[in-house]
Amino acid sequence: MNNLNVKFGLRNMFLDGVRPVSELVQHVNTNGSNAYIDALGLKHKELNDLLRETALKGVTSITVQNVFGQRYIGTRLYLPNLAKKMEIKIAPNPGNDLGAFLNGHRLIVYGNAQDGAGNTMDDGEIIIHGRAGDIVAMSMRGGKIFIRDNVGYRAAIHMKEYTGKVPALVIGGTAQDFFGEYMAGGRVILLGLNLSKNERHKAHYIGTGMHGGVIYLRGRVEEYQLGKEVGIRALDSHDWEIVGQYVSEFSSHFGFDPAEILQEKFQKLLPVSTRPYGKIYAY
Amino acid sequence: MLMKKNYRSERHVPAKDIEACGLFGVMNIRGQKFGALMAIEAIKNIKVRGNGLGGGFAVYGLYPDYKDYYALHIMFQNKDIKAKEKTEDFLGEHFEIIFDEEIPTNPQVSLFCPPLVRRYFVAPKKGEAEQAIPDDEYVTSRVMYINTNIEDAYVFSSGKDMGVFKGVGFPEEIAAYFMLDGLYEGYIWTVHSRFPTNTPGWWGGAHPFSILDWTVVHNGEISSYGTNRRFLEMYDYYCTLHTDTEVMAYAVDLLMRRQGLPIEIVAKIFAPSMWDIIEHLPEKEKKLYTTLRMVYAPLLMNGPFTVIVAHHHEMFGLTDRIRLRPITAGAKDDLVFLSSEEAAIRYVCPDLDLVWTPQGGEPVVVRLNSEDHLKSLNKSI
Repeated sequence: MNNLNVKFGLRNMFLDGVRPVSELVQHVNTNGSNAYIDALGLKHKELNDLLRETALKGVTSITVQNVFGQRYIGTRLYLPNLAKKMEIKIAPNPGNDLGAFLNGHRLIVYGNAQDGAGNTMDDGEIIIHGRAGDIVAMSMRGGKIFIRDNVGYRAAIHMKEYTGKVPALVIGGTAQDFFGEYMAGGRVILLGLNLSKNERHKAHYIGTGMHGGVIYLRGRVEEYQLGKEVGIRALDSHDWEIVGQYVSEFSSHFGFDPAEILQEKFQKLLPVSTRPYGKIYAY
Repeated sequence: MLMKKNYRSERHVPAKDIEACGLFGVMNIRGQKFGALMAIEAIKNIKVRGNGLGGGFAVYGLYPDYKDYYALHIMFQNKDIKAKEKTEDFLGEHFEIIFDEEIPTNPQVSLFCPPLVRRYFVAPKKGEAEQAIPDDEYVTSRVMYINTNIEDAYVFSSGKDMGVFKGVGFPEEIAAYFMLDGLYEGYIWTVHSRFPTNTPGWWGGAHPFSILDWTVVHNGEISSYGTNRRFLEMYDYYCTLHTDTEVMAYAVDLLMRRQGLPIEIVAKIFAPSMWDIIEHLPEKEKKLYTTLRMVYAPLLMNGPFTVIVAHHHEMFGLTDRIRLRPITAGAKDDLVFLSSEEAAIRYVCPDLDLVWTPQGGEPVVVRLNSEDHLKSLNKSI
C-alpha cells in the first residue's frame, strides 16, 4: 500500500511540553489557607502539579476556574500526613477520571463531570452540581459521591467494599445501561428525581454480574431491565436508616427536601449469588 | 502497535498506548458558514485523545463557485508523477475537467512525507451507453477504479461543494498545512485525531473517510470489518484504505443514498437493539427491528465505536449499542455540536443551552433547517 509507514514520531500527549511549576505561578493566587487557580491553557499534569504544590504550602481550600477537560484532578493529592483534608471547588467542566484514587479530600464540581469520576477512589467526597458521564465510581473503594443529575453507562461498575470501608454513590437523576455492573460492594442510591410520574428508569441490564453490595432504587423499573444476577427486595428498617442518612446528605448539598424524596417507593436490589459466573469460568 | 525497533525518538513512549481518538463535529442548522477555528480549537482541547499520527477535517459548503461539479481531492503517494499522469489521463477520458490545481499548502509546516495533493472539479462525461447511469453511480465507480487500479493514487474526497483534508500529524498541524483557518468556510465541520485502527499512520488512512459527499470520522474498532466488507463488495464497494472505518462510509452510502433509508433506520442496522430488548417493544417496532436485523445482519457494526457521519444538510452521531465509546451532544442557538468529550464543546462554546448524551445506538441527527437533534433528548441523559 505505501512504503512510508510512520516508524517514528509517536508523541506522548500527556507529558510532552509540560512546563515546570515555577513557570506556572501566574496561574495561582494564594491568600492564607485559600488559593485560586486559573486552569485555562494548563495541561493535565500542569494543573495537578500546581494543585499538589499548593497543597504542600498548607492551603486547604482551592478554587479552580476555567477547567475544560483537564483530567485526574485530585489524583496526585495523596498526602496522608496533612492535618486537614482539602476542599477543592472546580468549574465548569473537569475531565475524565476526576478524583481517581482520591485520598480523603472533598471535590465540589459546579458543572458537569465527564467519564470515570471517582475511579478507584479511596476516601473523601465528590459532589457534582450537574451530571456525570460513563463509569462513574468505577472500582470505588471508599468515600462518597453525590451527583445531582444523571449518569451515563456502567455507573458503579465493580465498586467494592472491605471491612469498615463502604463506598456510597448517590445519584439524583437516572442512569443509562449496565448500572451497577459487576458490583462487588458498596451502596448505590438512584433517586430518579427528574423522571416524570410513572416514567421508568432508563437503564437496562441493571446489576448485570453483580455479586456484592446493594442498590437502592427510587421510582419505577421493570423486571426485564434488571440483569439476571439481581433480585428485588423490600427495604427493612436498617435499609431505611441508610437511605435516610444519604438522602438527607444529598438534599443538603443540592437543596432538596429529604422528606419529599423519601415519600416515594424504594426497592432494594441485591445480588442473588456471590459468584454468578463460577460455573462458567471455574475449572 | 507501532514497530518498536524502528522507533528513534528520545521521547517517552508509554508501554501501553492509551489514547482513544478524538472526534468533534459542529453544524449550523441554518446553513450559515463559518471558519475552521472552532473545529481546530476543540480538537486541540482533546489532544490527549490523539497521537499525532493522523488528523483530518471534512467541510461542507466549501466550494460555492464550483458547487455543481464533483470536487475530487486526490493524493499521489511519494509525489508519484506517473500516478498523476495516469490519473489525469483517466479523468480526461471519463470527465470534463472544469478546473484543477494543487491544493495550496503552507511550506513552513513540516509534516511527515506529505504526498502531492491536488483537486479536480469535474463533470461526468458519459458515453452513449452510459446515459442512464446516475451521476453519483458514475462517479463512485470511477473513484473505485482509481483507488483500486492506479498505484499511489487515492481519491479521498469526491463530493460536490465539500471536501476532506487529512494527513499524518495532529489535526491542528493538518489544518495549518492546508491553511484551513482563513482559506475556507463551511456550515458543517467534522474533525478527527489519532490514526487509522490497526494500521500504521499513512496519509490515505487518516480520517475522515469519504465517498461522494458522505464522510465518516470514527473512534473505536469495527470488529465485524470482514463481514461488512464482503457484503459491500457485492454492491461494488472495494475497500482499499486498509482500515475498518472505510466500511462505515460505504455502508452509509449504500443504505442512505442508494437505498434511500433514513438515518433513524440505518442506526438500527449498524447498532441494533439486543434481542431481549426487542422482545419487550410494541408489536410494530418488534417486527421492524427483527426484520432489519435479519435483512441487514452483515451490516451490523460490531465492536466499540462512536462515529460522526456527515453529508450535505445532515450530520449525525452514533455509538455502538452498549456505548463502549463516548459521545456528547451540545446546542447553542443555531449551532449543534457532537464530540468525544463535553469539555471540547464547552471550550469553544462556554454558554451552551443544552448538553446531552444519547443511549447507545440512538443517533443524534442534526438536520438543516430542522430541530431534529432535539428528538434524541428524551432518550438521553
